[in-house]
Amino acid sequence: MSESYYTGRRATPRPEILRKPLQASEIGAPVQEKLPLALRLADQSWARRLLVIACVSLLWEINARVINNTLLFPTFIETTIALFRAIADGVLLERVATSFRILAMGYGAGMLAAAILTGLAAGSRIGADILSTLTAMFNPLPAIALLPLALLWFGLGTGSIVFVVVHSVLWAVALNTHVGFRSVPDAQRMAGQNYGLRGLRYVCLILVPAALPSILSGLKIGWAFAWRTLIAAELVFGVSSGAGGLGWFIFERRNALETADVFAGLMTVILIGLFVESVIFRAVENRTVIRWGMQR
Amino acid sequence: MDTSPQPPAKAPQNATALLNVRDVTLRYKTPEQIVTATWRVSFDVREGDRFVLLGPSGCGKSTLLKAVGGFIEPAEGKIMLRGQPVLRPGPDRMMVFQEFDQLLPWKTVLANVAFPLIAAGRAKRAEAYERARVYVEKVGLARATDAYPHTLSGGMKQRVAIARAMAMKPDILLMDEPYAALDALTRRRMQEELLGLWDDIGFTTLFVTHSIEEAIIVGSRILVLSPHPGQVMAELDASTFDHRHLGGADFQSLHRRIHTMLFADSAVADAEVTHE
Repeated sequence: MSESYYTGRRATPRPEILRKPLQASEIGAPVQEKLPLALRLADQSWARRLLVIACVSLLWEINARVINNTLLFPTFIETTIALFRAIADGVLLERVATSFRILAMGYGAGMLAAAILTGLAAGSRIGADILSTLTAMFNPLPAIALLPLALLWFGLGTGSIVFVVVHSVLWAVALNTHVGFRSVPDAQRMAGQNYGLRGLRYVCLILVPAALPSILSGLKIGWAFAWRTLIAAELVFGVSSGAGGLGWFIFERRNALETADVFAGLMTVILIGLFVESVIFRAVENRTVIRWGMQR
Repeated sequence: MDTSPQPPAKAPQNATALLNVRDVTLRYKTPEQIVTATWRVSFDVREGDRFVLLGPSGCGKSTLLKAVGGFIEPAEGKIMLRGQPVLRPGPDRMMVFQEFDQLLPWKTVLANVAFPLIAAGRAKRAEAYERARVYVEKVGLARATDAYPHTLSGGMKQRVAIARAMAMKPDILLMDEPYAALDALTRRRMQEELLGLWDDIGFTTLFVTHSIEEAIIVGSRILVLSPHPGQVMAELDASTFDHRHLGGADFQSLHRRIHTMLFADSAVADAEVTHE
């Protein structure tokens, strides 16, 4: 380009300006200042979330008092009392323990199956096709819809519930893990191959940590699906071999018209969900993907 | 220095060469077509060379480097490292990529440098970390050993990648435009540091760039490639130049020579391609 961009204009020369910047210590204003308590609290996500929960509880309490019908809609305070009573006499904890035992089996088996499927999918093109086709077929199928079939196959018992829980976990975890594997940056893949890593070692040492944000989000979704399916299955299916779960507790108390206990059962479901999501998963994320800067 | 265009290195030099690339044609598949990236490219890299592959985008220089890395199989020709054919990626040819995300984000700086040593079975854990520390210090990151990659600047990340590759003491260090994504000031400093490390450690590198200036400064030997598909136009000697010669007459004349080679007859064609 020979012509000046500003055709027809010429820059007029102006005098140069040279200044010496101050040292940090010479600047009068404080460089660091502590934030007031309210602002520091507002920066904590747990504090903000606690505020949300408090508001919801308050709205509940007000609404229940307006309705003023314990049989239909017990207040927050009545529910809390019922919850503590159920915990105190040991019934609730026993029910929760039963639910958790089945959940652990189903969740564990689902993760194992997902790991095998995605491992195969990472290794070969046909494996990837098998996984995406199966996921597309079975992911939209509500787990609870399989319960009648499961009862036919496995009979009344733990086996049937574990089967539907596995179904609810497997596809969510497999899908997310597979998506995670596929979005691992090329440079990281090639770096891993460059070290001479192949096969299972390559998957475990490179792909899994690199895809961890997706894998964790799959595990979270899988957890929610599993928990949901489990409670629903217990509601439909009731008790087996003398020990019912949390869903059975809710069903049983509804039959007895103990509405505050029904609410206490639902509250337990919610509290466990909150705990797993915001304590357990949060802790794992803080120590991994957030620390590594892969997720905010 | 000879000014007339010369055919590239000849066969008798094979014996002393570390890396032989013989008549290598590279093709890659896109969903619609098969693209020929390079056509019968030959060159020899000797021990201690800073061998630069230089050419405009589309000359297949990065593809060529990946083929030497073992990531791509040549459609034709042979790539031999110390007399052994290159078949797959391996830790004897460590790569430094252009991308900043080549470091493993779940490992600290020190762990990133130590990991390939352990993964490739070159060293036990303690020994690997010890050697990693030496190389992290060599690239001037002693204060950042325990930092995670996401907290580093682009230049620091590339320094870690270079330390990681050098700690493996590979036969040849493959560098794929390692400074292309850096700002000009950082790039200049990194080039100087690389030359300093070469004086210090004495490695062999195959370095890809599209900057003539970088090629002359970093390289001791420059392979000039033509675009679409890449063919060897010249193999030049630049072992006498570094940053101190930047404005000098010799530097300028070599720069101009390469520039003419690359752009003289393709200027029109290039313009057409970029406007498509």
